[in-house]
Amino acid sequence: MTGLDALFLARLQFAFTVGFHIVFPAFSIGLAAYLAVLEGLWLKTGRQVYLDLFRYWLRAFSIVFGMGVVSGLVMSYEFGTNWAQFSQKAGPILGPLLGYEVMTAFFLEAGFLGIMLFGMNKVGKKLHFFATCVVSLGTLISMSWILSSNSWMQTPQGYAIEPGTGRFIPQDWWAIVFNPSFPFRLVHMALAAFLSVAFVVGGVGAWHLIRARRAGRQPTEAVKIMFSMAMWMAAIVGPLQILAGDAHGLNTLKYQPAKIAAMEGDWESEGYAPELLFGIPDMENEVTRYKIAIPYAGSLILTHSLSGKVPGLKDYPKDQRAPSYVVFFSFRIMIALGVLMALAGLYSLWLRWRGALWNSKLLQRAVLIMTPAGFIALLCGWVTTEVGRQPFTVYGLLRTVDSASPVPSASIWGTLVIFVIVYAIVFASGISILLRGFAQEPHSNETGPDPRHPQRAAAMAGAVSDNAGTEA
Amino acid sequence: MIELSGAAYWLPVVWAVLAAVAIFIYIVLDGFDLGLGILFFAEKNKIHRNIMIQTIAPVWDGNETWMIFGGAALYGVFPNAYATILPALYLPIFIMLFALIIRGVAFEFRSRMHTEQAQALWDIGFCVGSFIATFMQGVVLGTLVSGIKVENNQFVGSSFDWLSPFPLFCGLAVVCGYTLLGAAWLVWRTESTLQDSMRKWSGILSVLMLLMIVGVSVWTPALHATYMQHWTDWPRILFVAPVPVAVAVLAIVMMMALRGKTSRRIPFFCALGWFFLSFTGLGINMWPYIVPPGMTIWDASSPPTSQAFLLVGAAVLIPLILTYTAFAYHVFRGPVNEHSESYH
Ligand code: HDD
Ligand code: HEM
Ligand code: HEM
Repeated sequence: MTGLDALFLARLQFAFTVGFHIVFPAFSIGLAAYLAVLEGLWLKTGRQVYLDLFRYWLRAFSIVFGMGVVSGLVMSYEFGTNWAQFSQKAGPILGPLLGYEVMTAFFLEAGFLGIMLFGMNKVGKKLHFFATCVVSLGTLISMSWILSSNSWMQTPQGYAIEPGTGRFIPQDWWAIVFNPSFPFRLVHMALAAFLSVAFVVGGVGAWHLIRARRAGRQPTEAVKIMFSMAMWMAAIVGPLQILAGDAHGLNTLKYQPAKIAAMEGDWESEGYAPELLFGIPDMENEVTRYKIAIPYAGSLILTHSLSGKVPGLKDYPKDQRAPSYVVFFSFRIMIALGVLMALAGLYSLWLRWRGALWNSKLLQRAVLIMTPAGFIALLCGWVTTEVGRQPFTVYGLLRTVDSASPVPSASIWGTLVIFVIVYAIVFASGISILLRGFAQEPHSNETGPDPRHPQRAAAMAGAVSDNAGTEA
Repeated sequence: MIELSGAAYWLPVVWAVLAAVAIFIYIVLDGFDLGLGILFFAEKNKIHRNIMIQTIAPVWDGNETWMIFGGAALYGVFPNAYATILPALYLPIFIMLFALIIRGVAFEFRSRMHTEQAQALWDIGFCVGSFIATFMQGVVLGTLVSGIKVENNQFVGSSFDWLSPFPLFCGLAVVCGYTLLGAAWLVWRTESTLQDSMRKWSGILSVLMLLMIVGVSVWTPALHATYMQHWTDWPRILFVAPVPVAVAVLAIVMMMALRGKTSRRIPFFCALGWFFLSFTGLGINMWPYIVPPGMTIWDASSPPTSQAFLLVGAAVLIPLILTYTAFAYHVFRGPVNEHSESYH
């Protein structure tokens, strides 16, 4: 069967598992930082409401983190199962980076996670706060290493190619780690994680504001603080993300112009290029149909000058073009969501200035609807980056076809199907637990076992995992 | 064979030892986690199950991280081995990963379920997931020991090479071993009726484990001529010969400790001793091959620049990691029972 060969299946499986994985680390990165801030505020002000919020979100964190860990474990073996030739050739460079990620980040997170989740009574407040900060730091370190790996695959440098074997031999580790697209990708991804979590926290806050209004009562202090903090985050990070994305795009234009051509759906390389709002790229006939374009905007956005020359797909041989019909759309969805989130953030600033932050139905509804927007934008961003790199795994040097493992397609089929089933079960259960938690407001003066979980009484001493109500 | 000298010779040796240590730490730590999961089938009592989980909840994630470290180290230091073992063992590895996913989320999910049935379902997932993951680790080991077909540094065997008697026997052996570790761990960390029942299980499983050790030891030399030679080879025999004696000594100590009910810890450390001996025995047997019968650690290695780069970090970071991991265990020390504070 053409199209469903082992290579395609291996790609599909990898994309599915990494796409599943990335949502949870992004969630953890943002939420760990938020938890550290909440606990810090509690220690500083001594106000119970911060502790309540901390416990409330800690409960979600333990679920999200667990899902990140199990899906990440899979990823660290999938390079070998799915991309054996890639691992042989690029392993000397990417393996040590992953090794450092484990040693500097994963162990750190795992070592202090237990204390963060279960240890408040055992170690005291200060040390507990320290553990929370260390876990948060661990997620950021982890992000840096894995993005350095990924960026090296996009913009490789600091290597030599071994004659005979075709292996990449490291020459300059500094150049490898700090490759040209790494700083841009790191900033963009960190902001994406914070923005995504801002809209989750904001969405939960908005939901309880709406419910309080419908019930004709005042929203609780905790809900107001939650919503307000999230909106500050959106107002600051939303616009920053647009600036970061713009800078990232300029960097990509410099190092991966073919990717830009695919993202823009441009066929001819030209100055005074328009920006397409919509279109359907046709790889076969080398045209983009049904175009809706803004004149000159393409050159302006990509080169910051009207006459700037923008690359076209025809500059590159057919076998080096990324599938434009994927990245064209994924890129536009990301941008659209980014602009909407930034607008929501700015609108909240305006409302705040007018003293009406709590009363705007429009803002609350918009934020509620946009709860998953950050994650969708983030996935679309990754699809743009990864599909835009095709047909290479190491850009310009190692083709995806030459990266695969000698595994028959039947095995990959079978495991792909099981992945879909297992992840569906895990995802559905995890999300339903999270939603059930979010459906409740954070209680005030929460001490001792949490009355919202009736199974606690039966489970008695043992329901360890249901730990969020750590006592002060 | 090409003559290797200097760093190109020594770095792979150092890394082989380090990788073996990392794998052993993984077996020790995640072994009792998985064994504890398997013991869910024997312990139906809900309070007991919660106590069991409580003894490992704060530390299991760190335990599993050693497995991720093993994968990453193999990828960076012995990429050719990584790139042959994983495709060769594609199915067992994925089955193991699926099982680890289920048991990993079950830790969190089981206590968050609102109905008894749903909780019971995740308890089953925890138990079955632990069992399958353990069994598949044994299968992977057994397949590796019995040899993987490699040509030009690429796997050329079939997808089902692992489905043969020796690997499956190793799967059972590891199940017995991990379950023993789990039971002995619970003897150490729990009290009263749960502890008594775990003493009983430790006894039964010790006998099974001894039989398995004998089985694997007799079977392995029959697999390859080179393994057979190791029993007659001088000076390798110096390393191999004391192993059976030490296994027997540990067996006596174990039996006395279980009878006497005096020590909580001795059974666990005896079980660890057996694992240590089996593991070193295996290592001595395989040396210097990382993918028997053809690929040595030098064939599998990445260039010295890669190995040296990671070694510098490991030398500094691994001691640090061991220190704060020990601290985490220290924080959650002491026996757990139904009255002990349940961390919330
Ligand atoms: C460290 C490496 C790395 C990282 C962090 C990511 N990827 Fe990737 N990705 C690869 C390494 C890689 C790869 C091994 O290089 C693949 C396999 C085949 C290929 O072309 O690249 C790949 C392929 C690949 C594909 C298939 C592209 C195609 O074949 O057309 C998709 C859709 C994604 N990835 C999506 C993602 C997402 C959503 C990520 C967010 C976490 C992500 N990738 C992170
Ligand atoms: C294909 C590439 C990836 C691999 C192989 C991978 C591997 C892993 C592994 C093995 C874990 C579990 C670690 C533990 O036990 O704590 C993990 C978790 C994590 N990963 Fe990934 N990962 C990948 C992509 C990413 C990306 C792109 C990011 C961030 C931008 C990321 C950030 C994290 C973080 C922060 C964690 C900590 C656990 C959590 O937050 O849920 N990973 N990853
Ligand atoms: C609205 C303005 C935005 C612009 C101009 C922008 C620009 C870009 C560009 C050009 C890339 C591809 C870089 C490459 O492949 O080399 C990219 C990737 C990405 N974007 Fe955006 N982006 C924007 C908003 C967002 C938002 C709101 C999110 C998520 C919340 C997001 C998440 C990502 C992610 C995760 C990637 C892949 C990782 C990376 O290459 O950095 N972006 N973005």
